[in-house]
Amino acid sequence: MDLINPTVVDLSRFQFALTALYHFMFVPLTLGLTFMLAAMETVYVVTGKQVYKDMTLFWGKLFGINFALGVATGLTMEFEFGTNWSMYSRFFGDMFGTPLAIEGLMAFFMESTFVGLMFFGWDRLSKPAHLAITYLVALGSNLSALWILVANASMNMPNGAHFDPETLRMTFDSFVGVVFNPDAQAKFVHTSVAGYVAASLFVMGISAFYLLRQQHREFAARSFRMAALFGIFSTVAVITLGDVLGRLDYEHQPTKIAAIEGLWHTSKPPYEPWIIAALPNDEKQESSFEIGVPFVLTPLITHSFNTPITGMIELEDAAAPRIASGITAVSALRRYEENHQAADLEEFRAHQNDMGYGLLATRHAPGQDVTAIAPEQLQSVIEQTKPDILPNVFVTFWSFRLMVFLGVFFFVLFAMASYLSLKNQLERNPLFLKLCMWSIPLPVLATEFGWITAEAGRQPWTVFDRLPTFMSASTHSVSYMLFSLAGFTVLYSIFIAVELYLMFKFARLGPEAHGPHEDADPAHLSVVAH
Amino acid sequence: MDIYVVLKLIWAGLLCVLLIGLGLMVGMDMGVGTLLRFVGRTDGERRTALNIIGPHWDGNQVWFILGGGAIFAAFPTLYATSFSVFYVVMILLLFSMILRPVAFEYRSKVDARLWRASWDWVFLVSGFLPMFVYGAAFGNILQGVGYHFNWTGQYFQDGSFLAYLLNPFAILCGLMAVCLSVMQGGVMLMIRSENPIHDRARRYASRAGLAAVALFLAGGVWIRGMPGFVLEQGNPAMPANPMQGQQVSVQVGAWLHNYAAHPVLWLLPVLGVVSMLAGVMLVLANRSHVAWWMGLGSWVGTIGTVAAAMFPFFMPSTTRPDQSLTIWNSSASQYGLTCMLAVALIFVPLILCYTSWCYYVMRGKVHTADIIKDTHSY
Repeated sequence: MDLINPTVVDLSRFQFALTALYHFMFVPLTLGLTFMLAAMETVYVVTGKQVYKDMTLFWGKLFGINFALGVATGLTMEFEFGTNWSMYSRFFGDMFGTPLAIEGLMAFFMESTFVGLMFFGWDRLSKPAHLAITYLVALGSNLSALWILVANASMNMPNGAHFDPETLRMTFDSFVGVVFNPDAQAKFVHTSVAGYVAASLFVMGISAFYLLRQQHREFAARSFRMAALFGIFSTVAVITLGDVLGRLDYEHQPTKIAAIEGLWHTSKPPYEPWIIAALPNDEKQESSFEIGVPFVLTPLITHSFNTPITGMIELEDAAAPRIASGITAVSALRRYEENHQAADLEEFRAHQNDMGYGLLATRHAPGQDVTAIAPEQLQSVIEQTKPDILPNVFVTFWSFRLMVFLGVFFFVLFAMASYLSLKNQLERNPLFLKLCMWSIPLPVLATEFGWITAEAGRQPWTVFDRLPTFMSASTHSVSYMLFSLAGFTVLYSIFIAVELYLMFKFARLGPEAHGPHEDADPAHLSVVAH
Repeated sequence: MDIYVVLKLIWAGLLCVLLIGLGLMVGMDMGVGTLLRFVGRTDGERRTALNIIGPHWDGNQVWFILGGGAIFAAFPTLYATSFSVFYVVMILLLFSMILRPVAFEYRSKVDARLWRASWDWVFLVSGFLPMFVYGAAFGNILQGVGYHFNWTGQYFQDGSFLAYLLNPFAILCGLMAVCLSVMQGGVMLMIRSENPIHDRARRYASRAGLAAVALFLAGGVWIRGMPGFVLEQGNPAMPANPMQGQQVSVQVGAWLHNYAAHPVLWLLPVLGVVSMLAGVMLVLANRSHVAWWMGLGSWVGTIGTVAAAMFPFFMPSTTRPDQSLTIWNSSASQYGLTCMLAVALIFVPLILCYTSWCYYVMRGKVHTADIIKDTHSY
């Protein structure tokens, strides 16, 4: 079954991860800053205080620098399913394309059209009209995240579609099933609120910089307080929804949750410890140097005290019959494609739910053709395929832990920030202000680890339980991949350098440097107001 | 007629609308980008040109994104195959597309000559190249592309990317698209600028319009002698599976068969040529607002001409013609097409309303003197 060159699959995965992680450096800030801008402008419109308009304009300028790269690198993502994951797009596109197209129609169009007015329309719109535009941009960017995460959730939990042997792809059958996929709902809130954390810390950190330098003090103190309060609520929400997601994985993606927790063998409640640190070894299928807190794991994952969680070794054993059944399904399907005999279709239908496991066995079948497996070879193919059902445990385990440790740190940081800000004691704690400043990049790091946990933990599938990753890529040559990778590396390196340069430049300049100060002229203000 | 066939046809039509919207709106911004270095001699003039499309380029660009999204949702097999078969070209297109938003946002944020001059070159490349690739892609699909599928539905490429890039007919189509975009960009600059930008834009727009007419006619003559594809057998209501169910033959001049069968289709190329010529005359007469709408006519005529010639083909395969992608075998399921149609019926009118409103809010001339004073603009 002409398998794709594994190097090309690896390079395609590497390119997708690189471009997705890069794109996701800018998205969280966009998601959060739009709402913070809307909040600042609301206060401006309600109170009429100039400092809030300055805040909106200044943070809006930094937002714009970030937004451009978010839009630019988002284009790559829209293209890449087609350019590099052709088989995936054909196999799953009937369903997967729909949320992406809706994202464009409902959200991205709104966000992109109104962002122009948000920047250019200050003098042409009344105050409430401009405020409404800012809210529409915020709504647009967050709706955009909703639809992208609906699409992403369907890869992890393919609801609302079934495999159709006539078209050899997943056929979309339930819009409601896709939109109300529980994974999508939890992921959307978890991810967008993580963006609010990132934006809060961004505003808080830069404000801390001004407070440290005793510049723009009123501006900075107000920005800091708003960001700290926004941040503490957001952090609590991120942690809560993270817990919901963990429970969903436990129910629907047992291999992912077992890998996340480094659980090689089925847990023994209630004692089973939650492992804080360990060195999981994927080859030997065991962990060394485990440090854990007893009695925590079971209630954390299952919300009960005595439900065992299936370990990875046991999951491998449980997969054996599915692999055998899947091999039967793929063989029957192939015969059906050639001869269209009802008997073959019937046999396929009896095994179709395991088809993905049959495809997974392709790599170990003689001549990479599962239809050519002789009965005496079957057992050895199954044994070789079994470990393939697991993701890379080391990566999944550690990316999850780093994300969680950072989340806990943010909670403490925002709690202290809110307390000190409300007590007006910030400027007496320069060390704390420095900590806030140096923490600016950390939420972005945490969201990147979150993406790695979710998507590395989904492996070896692109469509969970249905389509293996090694079959999903486009059949490019290695040189094509090197060409595109080289281009992305060069362009993206230049972009990040320019972005950081401009961010630092405008953050250092501070709010006063913002534009010709027409706003200082009260006569002008009244013109805008009426 | 079978409801599934109706849905496939509606979506093929909507895809044409999106491709026209993309050519018109994105093409206009690309045209301004291409012309930037020529209509603007001083930094102030160039910033004026940029700020004319400044409030709108981001929204316009969504036509491009939506084009991709709609192909993905409505014709997933076409999306999966065409984007991969044209890999190198698509990646080049992508690189130039992602440079543009960055160029808009960053160019005027640093006041240094080298910095701004570099971004002006980026505007030139990222305006010219995507439109060229867009047109060349039409040229390539008219000629057919080398690919086939195995039984699982995985595609395999049977030709080199060089054949798609360096191919005289594709180059002609690419230049044609660039000309239409330069004309539209020039007209937009005329609408919202004053002299000297206005007159320079007028010169470029009129010349680009005339070149577009010449290239369009040359392409028409070329197609007469070119091998086209004929769907001999294939049920429009078939399950969307490109691996089986079609019989396709290759015949010289076959792309004119639809015109021979339905002479009314000749109105489409006529609309294209008349709109381009009328556009040129209106530009010369300084009636730039009306000329803008002639741009719409040009794109409807051009894309309509190609669509009428190729119907029902999307991307014929030269190496395995029976597996050519058509409207019938590459669409989404009936359920998927229905859902998307419902969503489109709600949101497309809404989008058209608020996009027009944004243009209305930002209407009027952009003055170079104001731009130079305002550091917040592009």
